[in-house]
Amino acid sequence: MNYLIALLSVVFFILAISVIAKSMKLNKNLAQGEDESSALDSSNNTNAYGMLIFWLLGTIAGVWSFQNSLPDFLPEAASKHGLETDKMFWVSMAVVTMAFFVTNTLLLFFAFKYRYNKDRKATFYPVNHKLELIWTVIPAIVMAILVFTGWRTWRDITSQAPSDAVVIEITGHQFGWYVRYGGNDDNQLGNYNYKLIDETNSIGIDYTDKNSFDDFTANELHLPKGKPVLLKIHAQDVLHSVYLPYQRVKMDAVPGMPTKFWFTPTLSTDEMRAKTGNKDFNYKLNCTEICGRGHFGMAITVFVDEPEDYKKWCAEQKPFLAMNPAYLEKVPANLKAKASKYIPAEPIATDSTAAAAAL
Amino acid sequence: MSTATTHAEEVHVHAHDHEHEHHEPNFIQKYIFSEDHKTIAKQYLIMGILWAFVGGSLSIMFRLQLGFPEMQLDWLRPILGEWIDESGKLDKEFYLALVTMHGTIMVFFVLTAGLSGTFSNFLIPLQIGARDMASGFINMLSFWFFFLSSAVMFSSLFIETGPASGGWVIYPPLSALPQAMPGSGLGMTLWLTSMAFFIVSSLMGGINYICTIINLRTRGMTFTRMPLTIWSFFFTAILGLLSFPVLLSAALLLIFDRSFGTSFYLSEIYIQGQALPNMGGSPILYQHLFWFLGHPEVYIVLLPALGMTSEIIATNSRKPIFGYRAMIGSMMGITLLAFIVWAHHMFVTGMNPFLGSVFMFLTLIIAVPSAVKAFNYITTLWKGNLIFTPAMLFSIGLVSLFISGGVTGIILGNSALDINLHDTYFVVAHFHLVMGSASFFGLMAGVYHWYPKMFGRMMNKTLGYIHFWATFVGVYCVFFPMHYTGIAGFPRRYYSFTALGNGREEAFTDLNAFISIAAILTFSAQAIFFFNFFYSMFKGKKATQNPWNSTTLEWTTPVIAGHGNWPGEIPAVYRWPYDYSKPGSATDFIPQNVPYSATPESNLPEENEEIANEKAIESLLAAQNESYNR
Repeated sequence: MNYLIALLSVVFFILAISVIAKSMKLNKNLAQGEDESSALDSSNNTNAYGMLIFWLLGTIAGVWSFQNSLPDFLPEAASKHGLETDKMFWVSMAVVTMAFFVTNTLLLFFAFKYRYNKDRKATFYPVNHKLELIWTVIPAIVMAILVFTGWRTWRDITSQAPSDAVVIEITGHQFGWYVRYGGNDDNQLGNYNYKLIDETNSIGIDYTDKNSFDDFTANELHLPKGKPVLLKIHAQDVLHSVYLPYQRVKMDAVPGMPTKFWFTPTLSTDEMRAKTGNKDFNYKLNCTEICGRGHFGMAITVFVDEPEDYKKWCAEQKPFLAMNPAYLEKVPANLKAKASKYIPAEPIATDSTAAAAAL
Repeated sequence: MSTATTHAEEVHVHAHDHEHEHHEPNFIQKYIFSEDHKTIAKQYLIMGILWAFVGGSLSIMFRLQLGFPEMQLDWLRPILGEWIDESGKLDKEFYLALVTMHGTIMVFFVLTAGLSGTFSNFLIPLQIGARDMASGFINMLSFWFFFLSSAVMFSSLFIETGPASGGWVIYPPLSALPQAMPGSGLGMTLWLTSMAFFIVSSLMGGINYICTIINLRTRGMTFTRMPLTIWSFFFTAILGLLSFPVLLSAALLLIFDRSFGTSFYLSEIYIQGQALPNMGGSPILYQHLFWFLGHPEVYIVLLPALGMTSEIIATNSRKPIFGYRAMIGSMMGITLLAFIVWAHHMFVTGMNPFLGSVFMFLTLIIAVPSAVKAFNYITTLWKGNLIFTPAMLFSIGLVSLFISGGVTGIILGNSALDINLHDTYFVVAHFHLVMGSASFFGLMAGVYHWYPKMFGRMMNKTLGYIHFWATFVGVYCVFFPMHYTGIAGFPRRYYSFTALGNGREEAFTDLNAFISIAAILTFSAQAIFFFNFFYSMFKGKKATQNPWNSTTLEWTTPVIAGHGNWPGEIPAVYRWPYDYSKPGSATDFIPQNVPYSATPESNLPEENEEIANEKAIESLLAAQNESYNR
């Protein structure tokens, strides 16, 4: 394919040179016969035909390149709202492409057709209110329709998440994402505080909140298929942006201002693998707000599981507190008993004193 | 009026004295610290051209990375030094610096200062019939503040920690915290300093443009007889005057956050193993302030280009611009709407979704005046008698790019669709076509059209044609395919696309290489212009007084207009600027300074009535002269 590009560039180059040579020659040959006082010169017709050729080649190139890129666009949306916005995108795209094509055609065609002709005089045509009214009203109506449908979809997407939504916390940092789940017992995320962040507790989970005790963290994002999912989004240092390209989800992560986005995944990873014919296919979560050196590589893998698989996966996860019993110290005395449940029965030797003290 | 006539004689004496006071300015007064608007315009133009080459070459460097990720760039080490790492690749932070500086330079230094600064300065006094700007001194200061700003920005390219690298929008906290990236250290300080000077410069320019247009129009030059260029500069200046101060305030708060420990934009930050004490600030506040300028800025660069295009298309179609009043109305509409659409850049920042709905409504309204403008241009071509000067070609190119880039705005302005497209190459394609390329084409059209007035010589037309076709084809080859990578979800400001996974980078490897090659060729083609511009300045064919047979006042000055523009009295204006191919007239253009009484054969009925007003217009001469001698 590199050869094709090289070829293309050579063609471009040769074309450029030939145009230069030709126009130089034309210019030289005809310079004597020209009226010095007029802006008009012998290239006028060449330029006019240029408009026509540009239109023709441009149309061919546009159609061909679109056809060529079509298979590489994002596959069918893997979320409920994504299916809708995709449909709206292609409908809007069709409308604007038509407007684009018609107006550019008229522009280039008029440029060609009304090229200078000494036997003709331009038509003095300064105004036509009716015409102006028509082309003010038509775009206004089209816009109104597009706005209205767009607004309805936007309203639905940004509405309150259903109360049964699975809540997952995503925290962006330079350069990665932390994922936290509400846990298998209370299914509620505990508080966090950026001042509690340390090397182990990288999210800053607040253990004075009893909802935190069963929270578990992960390095990848698991989502249940067909269930509404509410992402609660934070950033620790600079702006980041959660982007799930296949689910058509995007929301900035802002330090000091929690944001959220809810959606319903519709295609599991396995289904998408089958659909794309790529058995290594994996959903991704990328960053789309410039955040520094590692911005382009700030991604984690996303798995959309069948609901039962998702349940199974959740059940296998151990609460953060269970993995790091030392944080029991941070739990206030009145909640210690509740928190201790999550500490493994036979703590490993190094932590035994802490665990014993807690008991 | 009566006062004016009584003082007429006195005025004349003054005027006489005035001429005697004039000394031939020395070299420094004439070419460096000049107060002549024409010289200042040329200074802006040359700075703009130099900046354009700097900004363009930065983009070529990052296009090399994007188009040929495997390429060894060791050969760039003599220029970039340490920014090429040991493995022969572009440093990842420097990549971001390149993107940032490319944006900053192109938006502010080329398309704001280089375009509006050049042509507002050059054309306002010449086209409204004024001796100079309202304040020549402030005008000079305006350029030198721009120069200072340029010098600071340029120097930031050479410092060890690199120039600002947080994107041209410099969103905090990234731009506020030097520990977040090296470019947010000294580089960002210089960026902010430079922009502060730039804003001062652009405010002094803008206030001068507004003052001059309102106060110094020659007798008979009513608002509805002003060329559309002047209208566009007028609206541009208003936009700049009202929105740039907001950017200054945004920058000031950022400076406070960076240097004085305030928390306007900072809250709950844990970075590099340290929790910062800042609480209660909001990075979103910055974005609101920034885009309150940032969006009008789009029209600050676009409106002058559209204004000049109106002029050039009418002249070279030998036809009046279609819908003169609709053009003014749509520019006015765009100006007003430009202030109330800024948050469409922020649909997915976590801003209240209801606000998103409001801004979506307002944004899509702006498509209507824009569409009116496009249709009016096309109708102006219809049944014209088109002369394809390089300026005309670039103007037609502008209209094409304005449409092509504009239509995708309808998609991006729709908040529901913006979710997926925000910060992807679809956005890059959109604004590079509608704002970048269209304005650039306007700049080029303006240079080709008014070059004879600036330097008294013609640019080579053949080179102009080649320049146009190479650029027109090139720009489409560069930016049109970016829609595809955008639809495929490729994010902006990515050093490489490996992390997208699933073979998506590979799918567009060829396309990205194609874009890069097209960019290099298009950029190289600008050398033709560079040569033509500087060569013609000395060796170009001598220009005639009115080479394009245009109607506006600048072509009534001598070929090389001196200080004060007209050696004698400033001509009066009796008609609108678009009397081309008027039925009944022997010539295909009637300049604005020709009274209706001199053209009875072509007058429309209502214009015959205007003849009665000519006496009144002429009687204003004394008052006008007086205003220059006060």
